[in-house]
Amino acid sequence: MRARVLVRPKAGILDPQGQAVERALPALGFSGVANVHIGRLIELDVDDPGQLPEMCKKLLSNPLVEDFEIVESL
Amino acid sequence: MKFGVVRFPGSCDDVDALLAAQRVGEAVMLWHADRDLQGVDAVIVPGGFSYGDYLRAGAIARFAPMMESVTEFAGDGGLVLGICNGFQVLCEAGLLPGALLPNVSLRFVCRQVEVEVMSEYSPFTRACPLGEPLSIPVKHTTGRYYAPDHGLADTQVLLRYAPGQNPNGSDRDIAGVCNEAGNVFGLMPHPEHAVDPLTGSSDGLAIFESIRAHVADRVVA
Repeated sequence: MRARVLVRPKAGILDPQGQAVERALPALGFSGVANVHIGRLIELDVDDPGQLPEMCKKLLSNPLVEDFEIVESL
Repeated sequence: MKFGVVRFPGSCDDVDALLAAQRVGEAVMLWHADRDLQGVDAVIVPGGFSYGDYLRAGAIARFAPMMESVTEFAGDGGLVLGICNGFQVLCEAGLLPGALLPNVSLRFVCRQVEVEVMSEYSPFTRACPLGEPLSIPVKHTTGRYYAPDHGLADTQVLLRYAPGQNPNGSDRDIAGVCNEAGNVFGLMPHPEHAVDPLTGSSDGLAIFESIRAHVADRVVA
């Protein structure tokens, strides 16, 4: 099964990448943009999608500072 | 007194760590894929880019066979020092609280900083001169320390950047922390690069000397 995992910085943790992009957009003429956050997209084929939460906790994300979201069956 | 320095593929400060340790004792290199700690009294997880730092700094190195031995060693009270990437590895491995995040500047920083020693009793800082900051270089992109307030006691903060010198946006100016038991210590600055006046400072030697003194006391006891 093809699965997709989204990894995001946890709410409240400073995200300088998101901030830099948020500042850059108005400079290019795009207005009305707020709350930009940048994370990571991981796509993978897995035989047993039941293993995905453990994979996310142990390796794909650092649960202390990141949230993950599993999107299965693409 | 025998130090062991863990060498991962991508380590680059392993030789400096070995040479720094050899100024105060004996030191051997430990290969990441082995498990034998060779009877060392203290382990150093050095700086660099272990396993290319793919995914996140330190995320993959924590699964090395040698890290299993290091975790067991730490659990038995053995002294473990993580420097820079080694600090990141120890956080990822859960041997130290918190995490290292990209610098606020999003840039690589490489400069001499002053750090204040917060404890005179730790096995890692007991030989540091009281009340005098240490001048030690930092060089990293992922050095912004973060720990939830409830996850870290003040007494675990052994080093702080001197006022105005925080190079990466670390929470509470934290430059180095130990675990609750006090036998595992991680720091972003590089004491192994500050062991000879020729390179600007020998203040880093005090960290290695602290470990040596602690182990010597333990042997006598």
